[in-house]
Amino acid sequence: MNDIINIIQDNWELLLVGQYPHGPIGGLAVTLFLSLVGIVLAFPLGVVLALCRLSPFRFLSWPATAIVYVVRGVPLIMFIFWTYFIVPQILGRPVAGITTMLVTLVIYQSAYLAEIVRAGMQGLPFGQTEAARAIGLSYMQTTFKVLLPQAIYNMVPAIISQFVSSIKDTALGYVISVNELTFAASQINANLLTMPFQVYILLASIYFVICALLTQLARYLERRIALRRAGKAGASAAVASAMQQANV
Amino acid sequence: MNNAMDKTTNNGAPMISFRGVHKWYGEYHALNDINATVGKGEVIVVCGPSGSGKSTLIRTVNRLEPIQKGHIEFDGQDVCSPNLDINKFRSHVGFVFQSFNLFPHLSVTENIELAPVTVLGEKRNSARERALKLLERVGLASKASAYPGQLSGGQQQRVAIARALAMNPPAILFDEPTSALDPEMVGEVLQVMKQLAREGMTMMCVTHEMNFAREVADRVWFMDHGVLIESDTPEEFFRNPKSERAQRFLNDLRSH
Repeated sequence: MNDIINIIQDNWELLLVGQYPHGPIGGLAVTLFLSLVGIVLAFPLGVVLALCRLSPFRFLSWPATAIVYVVRGVPLIMFIFWTYFIVPQILGRPVAGITTMLVTLVIYQSAYLAEIVRAGMQGLPFGQTEAARAIGLSYMQTTFKVLLPQAIYNMVPAIISQFVSSIKDTALGYVISVNELTFAASQINANLLTMPFQVYILLASIYFVICALLTQLARYLERRIALRRAGKAGASAAVASAMQQANV
Repeated sequence: MNNAMDKTTNNGAPMISFRGVHKWYGEYHALNDINATVGKGEVIVVCGPSGSGKSTLIRTVNRLEPIQKGHIEFDGQDVCSPNLDINKFRSHVGFVFQSFNLFPHLSVTENIELAPVTVLGEKRNSARERALKLLERVGLASKASAYPGQLSGGQQQRVAIARALAMNPPAILFDEPTSALDPEMVGEVLQVMKQLAREGMTMMCVTHEMNFAREVADRVWFMDHGVLIESDTPEEFFRNPKSERAQRFLNDLRSH
């Protein structure tokens, strides 16, 4: 235990931000940057993919379905290799590891988010579509004003757990030398040489604490949403006011 | 009450007309040669045993259900025409569902102003003003900023009626509007519907509320197995049903 505390005392900067400000930023900062920016960029793509998959037009639904199937059917690490070797060829210049990782994560996560959004849309009662069409809303208006907001709201817990898994996924950046948390830990391990167990326990704990906190948040939101669906006044009033603020 | 005839004849063209309407679900003949008209300002109650095609019939009017044969006209428009701007058309046909189908992510007011703002491009301020007036009309002015999940079933259905009214429809279709309600909430919804009828709204209403039919309807349509068997004034229908099937249906209702 003392060893671990010593490791933290000696290396907390490296773990948090890498060599920044004297060198490239790294560590937990890059891990969180990759996962957060990754999911933020992947989200609109995932929505587009989901809407294409649900579209009555085959020229939209078939390619989207193919993309989702292929991406979900391939291990992430293979995807990382693909991007690592192919993107520089296409662009004709070398690409930073962090960019490669971000691009890969965005594509990968968008396929999973697409399935979450699609499930959310299909889980809504058909009466919602009928009511929207009956008051004269078009297909697109029905999708964007009635179905999508509900689907996304209901899927917030699933989206957060996707975020959690994307945090863990960033660790794979290690294989293409992305300067993230796992990379930082392995640098520390290479310096110390004698304490791999302590270093990697520390690494595991950091991932675990962040992911556990986010999972708790997802569970809390899940309960709130369940309460609101059941029409419990207190919960729904709170959520309602939150949503109103969001609307403003 | 002899005004059923008067209404159809006085106002010339009917509000809704069915001519030789057929609908099949696969092999199943859901609507079989429906010929009928709803006059302007008329209140029609459609009744019949479950599976008789009542809901299907009123859902054909705004093309929630397509038909395979025949013609339907609504306010002079050919409902089945391929050239019909279906969204614009539907926005003029009020429709109230059995299960309310309010949008749970929108407040009561937002539910009502959604179509006026989105479909007609009305300014939000004026749409809101009208929404509040409509809420007053259905007795829910105090619930303007509530969300549907916070309302009782009866209140939700009244909001749904206000939502339908927001587009100033020339007629409103009701698909079993009180069937999903607890008994103590049926009255408040029927009250609103009676008010509408008194104000001269054309209404076509699938319902099992026979007292409502007696009190408000100009005519009762009785359906069975996709066929429109009787169309009569409520007095005549309840006192003296002509078909054996209608007699059996009324007996079953009374024995409850």
